[in-house]
Amino acid sequence: MTCTLAPEITGWFDARGWSIHPHQRAMLDRAGTACQLLIAPTGGGKTMAGFLPTLAELADGRHSGLHTLYISPLKALAADIKRNLTGPITEMGLPIRVEDRTGDTSAHAKRRQRADPPHILLTTPESLALLVSYEDAPRIFAGLQRVIVDEIHALAESKRGDQLMLALSRLSTLAPGLRRVGLSATVEDPPAIARILARHPDPCEILLADPGPDPDIAMLHTEAPPPWAGGGGKYAIPAVLDEIRKHRTTLIFHNTRAQAELFFHNLWLANDEQLPIGIHHGALAREQRERVEQAMVEGRLRAIVCTGSLDLGIDWGDVDLVIQIGAPKNVKRLVQRIGRANHRYNAPSKALIVPANRFEVIECTAALDAVRAHTLDGDIAHDGPLDVLCQHILIRASAGPFHADDLFAEIRSAGAYATLPREMFDRCLDFAATGGYALRAYDQWQRLVQRPDGQWQLRDPRRAARIRMNIGTIVDADKMQVRYQKRRGGAPLGEVEEYFASMLRKGDTFLIGGQIVRYEGLREMVVEVSRTTTQKPKIATFMGTKFATSTQLSDRILAMFRAGDWPDLPAHTRDWLHLQRKLSRLPERDRLLIESFPHDGREHVVAYGFAGRNAQQTLGLLITKRMEDMGLNPMGFVATDYATLIWGLDPLEDPAPLFSRHNLVETMEAWLADNAVMKRTFKASALIAGLIERNQPGAARKTGRQATFSTDILFDTLRKYDPDHLMLAITRTEAMRGLVDFGRIEDMLARIDDRIDHMRLARVSPLAAPLFLEPGRVPIAGAADQRLLEQEAARLMATAGLVEISA
Amino acid sequence: MNALPFPFHGETLHLMPSGALAWPARRLLCVADLHLGKADRIARQGGPMLPPYETVETLDRLADDIAATNPAEVICLGDSFDDLAAAQDLSEALKARLTRLMAGRRWIWVLGNHDPGPVDLGGTHLADHTAAPFTFRHIARDGARAEISGHYHPKARIALHGRKITRRCLLMDDTRLILPAYGAYTGGLFCDHPDLDRLMGDDAYAIVLGPVPLRLPMPRSSIRPARRKSST
Repeated sequence: MTCTLAPEITGWFDARGWSIHPHQRAMLDRAGTACQLLIAPTGGGKTMAGFLPTLAELADGRHSGLHTLYISPLKALAADIKRNLTGPITEMGLPIRVEDRTGDTSAHAKRRQRADPPHILLTTPESLALLVSYEDAPRIFAGLQRVIVDEIHALAESKRGDQLMLALSRLSTLAPGLRRVGLSATVEDPPAIARILARHPDPCEILLADPGPDPDIAMLHTEAPPPWAGGGGKYAIPAVLDEIRKHRTTLIFHNTRAQAELFFHNLWLANDEQLPIGIHHGALAREQRERVEQAMVEGRLRAIVCTGSLDLGIDWGDVDLVIQIGAPKNVKRLVQRIGRANHRYNAPSKALIVPANRFEVIECTAALDAVRAHTLDGDIAHDGPLDVLCQHILIRASAGPFHADDLFAEIRSAGAYATLPREMFDRCLDFAATGGYALRAYDQWQRLVQRPDGQWQLRDPRRAARIRMNIGTIVDADKMQVRYQKRRGGAPLGEVEEYFASMLRKGDTFLIGGQIVRYEGLREMVVEVSRTTTQKPKIATFMGTKFATSTQLSDRILAMFRAGDWPDLPAHTRDWLHLQRKLSRLPERDRLLIESFPHDGREHVVAYGFAGRNAQQTLGLLITKRMEDMGLNPMGFVATDYATLIWGLDPLEDPAPLFSRHNLVETMEAWLADNAVMKRTFKASALIAGLIERNQPGAARKTGRQATFSTDILFDTLRKYDPDHLMLAITRTEAMRGLVDFGRIEDMLARIDDRIDHMRLARVSPLAAPLFLEPGRVPIAGAADQRLLEQEAARLMATAGLVEISA
Repeated sequence: MNALPFPFHGETLHLMPSGALAWPARRLLCVADLHLGKADRIARQGGPMLPPYETVETLDRLADDIAATNPAEVICLGDSFDDLAAAQDLSEALKARLTRLMAGRRWIWVLGNHDPGPVDLGGTHLADHTAAPFTFRHIARDGARAEISGHYHPKARIALHGRKITRRCLLMDDTRLILPAYGAYTGGLFCDHPDLDRLMGDDAYAIVLGPVPLRLPMPRSSIRPARRKSST
């Protein structure tokens, strides 16, 4: 393989007085290896390092057809790379055609690309899965030499990544000798990423670029102390405005869209100088986002309030400060966000974190320590999820007939599926073919059939179109568009979740795209709103992602608690911890602190498990179930990243049986049986695996039509008539590691063993107090539902002046 | 069983937790929109292969209600089968099950928009059926009185302190009842939908299904055109 650079390329570098970075050189020298992983900080010329070998190999103009496939997690990133690549290629005068292919590409361009692929194709995992599903995939990919997976750290832990790696397993068959390149931001465990990237059992070379200077990072100092609870960071607005004034361009990151909206709104109210500030998040309409992106590239904005939609390596120009509002929950994410500032190699990034509440002061301090110590959160190695595998089988079938043995071997070449048992593969294949039911009802309608030669194929080839319409592993809550009322096609503002929309009443005001709008009504799946002059939205939030604090960060916080004093903490927080130590005690890593106390006429129990929000939530459900069995009459609970607060009628005498690992799995099973979390997980997996379809040909989905019914019914039916069905097994696995996060509970309970410290207190402890202000209280459901409903029905009847009639 | 009795045109009817309507004085049981064979029809047409248990589940429910009320007459209020092929493809076991349920009772299949015509399962096939004072038909008609129909699969959404509970429901005003769908895989139309809003008078109730059916004023959209006034 040639790795000498053509004079056009070296000349281009020379003309600009640039030299090739050492890691770019190294990538070039080893361009012939089967698999390479480059770990480099943001701004380290990663992308060029990935593409240089391609440019070198294509410089002589002899290769025809597709040479390099580039995959990024974001559409916007693919478009950005196209711009950044086309410029130099044109200036070098190289005979190379670069095109992107994403959900935004026109159908016409897509057809042309299949007939006549460019040399370099920039795409996303979903668009690639779609390409692989075409009958002409073998022809499209025949000459493919290299595949570059950008921001692989962002894909590695997600189902999108699993789907991508299955698609690559297919490409390695279609284009033997295909070389894989992964580009990653700084991660804790590069070999784990390498295992996912490489074709199993190929080795993967890991190149570590110079990480550059340490970031300049601190907590933002504010006049007012942060509030005891909440996540908005509103108290810090004057200080944040000061910082915006002092810098050229500031990125202000939030953990959820709702928080970003609220903060942006409040920022504008305080923005007396009319500094140009924009907002950017994934729920905004594309037109809105593009306007902000354009303004940013042109340097017209002084600040952008944003969420994870700006996390990845898009080059947004001259950012010189990153502000993180709210604890980052995860050190890796913080480091990557900090990397957004000073997008120049070897210049330190400048960042400020703003704790949103008192506890987050501690969390942010721990995160800062972790960044300075260069310890990142570990990667969770996982077995490839089976719902993604089921979809891949359908994708493979859409491309043409296959032998089960061949497909199995190919799938096992993907790192995450390297240990997949044949029996599991066969069950997934059976599911894809017949539905996999104990009652063999669909033998005449099955999706895949076996031909006399043993190959599997679609029973009806028209089915492929339907499968292609449903490719993808991102399952969002159902979203509804928000538009201004009046004429059909009023300006789009963004999206809200269907659930949120269903709770709105005419006249309600809420925030979207930084504006307060008034709900007018629904029209064909569109939420219609009007402008309003209200200063304060009536309904503050719509749902966004809530991240759980990583294990590593939790451990750091617990380690901090061991110290005798905390000179680095602001006085208000330091005093708070001292008071907790005096009146109760501080939680420790290998022990479990339980406090119980009366408050407001109710008994309360707090369990400081530090297991992250999801696990603490699950713990709340498990513990209240046990309390119910013990006759303690729990009434509800609320969970944060570090503790669960439970209230009820009777005092807790001995907490040990509540936290015993004995029967824990059984309690869990019983609880899982009929639980909203399971049903939500089931729906997501059922969509991915193809049990149900998101999109149907020719039929526009409308809310409330008789045709649609809740997936909860399917879940209940399967549990009743086919309890061993594959989808139920998948749902269990997914729930356990996802929303339920059972693993962290088991780890925690195993770690503490029987070391439980029960503090019986006369009143609320300092550490427990903020829990009372937490939103998201969960009432204990069950018989309560029906009682509430009865009360509400009676109230409504009385309000309406109706007498109860019964015969 | 926790059925809810309520008066309608001088008679006492019972809504059962399953969504069946019983008329004890006439020993009559009425169920709407069974949609038997729906999963099969969807698979046949190239759609998803849903768990193929909805017919047995629906027949289980019907068997329970028949055992509880021992009716002399059963009225299936239309859309009993999801389509003709679904009726023909019913397995022998399920056909036998249905035949046992039908034995010794007057069984009326009211024609629905999904029902293509008579199926060879016995019983009487009618476009609509009168058992004074009531008229049973599949789709409600404007101007009808004492009418009992199905078709719309009504369901209600009730907000309770930040939580939302969705249940199938029966709608009633002084001229008509619209029964909830009885079949296991039947979605629903929220009762604030304009079609239902238009059909039902100002004083309409919803009786939501659950362990104990509950009566409340019919939930309606906060924005809607003027409705017809109650006709009495």
